[in-house]
Amino acid sequence: MAHAHKLEILRGLIKFKSNTQKIWGVLILLSIVTAVEVILGIYKPESLMVKVIGMKLLNWIFIILTIVKAYYITWDFMHMRDETKALRRMVVWTAVFLICYLVFILLQEGGYIEGVYSEGFVKRDF
Amino acid sequence: MDTTVANTGTEGKTWGGGNQPLKASYGKMMMWFFIVSDALTFSGFLAAYGFSRFKFIGSWPIADEVFTHVPFFHGNYPMIYVAFMTFILIMSSVTMVLAVDAGHHMNKAKVTFYMFLTIIGGLIFVGSQAWEWGTFIKGDYGAVQTNGGNILQFVDTEGHRVAISDIAIANPDSRVQHQDKNGLWFVNEGTLPSYTVDEVYKGLEANPNVLVRTQMLTEEGEKTVLSREESLKQLKENGKIVVEGANLHVNEYGTSLFADFFFFITGFHGFHVFSGVVINIIIFFNVILGTYERRGSYEMVEKVGLYWHFVDLVWVFVFTFFYLV
Repeated sequence: MAHAHKLEILRGLIKFKSNTQKIWGVLILLSIVTAVEVILGIYKPESLMVKVIGMKLLNWIFIILTIVKAYYITWDFMHMRDETKALRRMVVWTAVFLICYLVFILLQEGGYIEGVYSEGFVKRDF
Repeated sequence: MDTTVANTGTEGKTWGGGNQPLKASYGKMMMWFFIVSDALTFSGFLAAYGFSRFKFIGSWPIADEVFTHVPFFHGNYPMIYVAFMTFILIMSSVTMVLAVDAGHHMNKAKVTFYMFLTIIGGLIFVGSQAWEWGTFIKGDYGAVQTNGGNILQFVDTEGHRVAISDIAIANPDSRVQHQDKNGLWFVNEGTLPSYTVDEVYKGLEANPNVLVRTQMLTEEGEKTVLSREESLKQLKENGKIVVEGANLHVNEYGTSLFADFFFFITGFHGFHVFSGVVINIIIFFNVILGTYERRGSYEMVEKVGLYWHFVDLVWVFVFTFFYLV
């Protein structure tokens, strides 16, 4: 079953000798990513405050780093890397598709309502 | 009788039946599918949070100003404690995966030890979350809610926050809490705030260097500070109740939706952590009793491990969307 672990991360850039060693390696990676997030969150560099596709660049960086962390938790801690392709796709594609769909609809609608509020298309102080 | 059996011509093929194309046991597969559905539940909550936030994008509270406390330390340390909590949860995920690994090697002593560490990590996390809730509910500086439901906070001329207890001039005549023992026995009311809006207004008048700060965000993403005259006018005309801390009705940090979502999402996550700890404890005792040793497989540890990692995974997203973004 899952006794044969795949022991490389970052597309083979780092190869580990044993599963235990890989676990510690992934922990170091996750800690570095979290530390970067916290440091950026505290200092909020001015240069990252530019808007990219409707959101601050800093927020995009946070979201991308979160997805990176989620990937390593799922692939290495939950051993998704060692599951068959079919199981992996059933779980990951289903969730990713539905979540993207839901997030798109709700954020789009939230942004629209914000526009209605701020541009005063609806009067309530008559 | 042969004719009643349909011959599909797929016998022996991957999906022909009778074999395990996913090479995962039933229990593990179902745990994965449960995790998918739970992930969709959480993303529903987080997307609803995003919806409300986008709706009030110009007046949403700034997380760095809300979560600034660390136990046993005074002062302003945004993010530090929640980063610690995140680290604890990742750490307990590591011990969990080490327990699973030890299980593959049928090493009972090691599984026991790592399961124990995982439970401790989970308990520290739940305790930290309880403390975080307590601090959030108790509040910091206090604020005044307006008739329209907006929040007015107080700052000095340098922009540092000022607590209402520091400026309010207590009026001995203000009314006391109505209790059923000293009034109508069938009528009750909740705790009154320590000060009335009038007392805060008198305090604002007496402190010329204190200004009112509104919820509205400026271009730079900071809260708008009103001028002195505007401050007095706003508080006089629109001040309705004094708010200390946050609950499901009022929230001194800004829009009450923020508190509602905070309680709901971190509460639901905390409930998952709590049930994860309970399940971990059950499995821990099963390990000690040798159940899995006799069964010849530690797959049960792997299944609760999946759940435990999922809880960690959700926290990574809650951390980002509540504290960072």
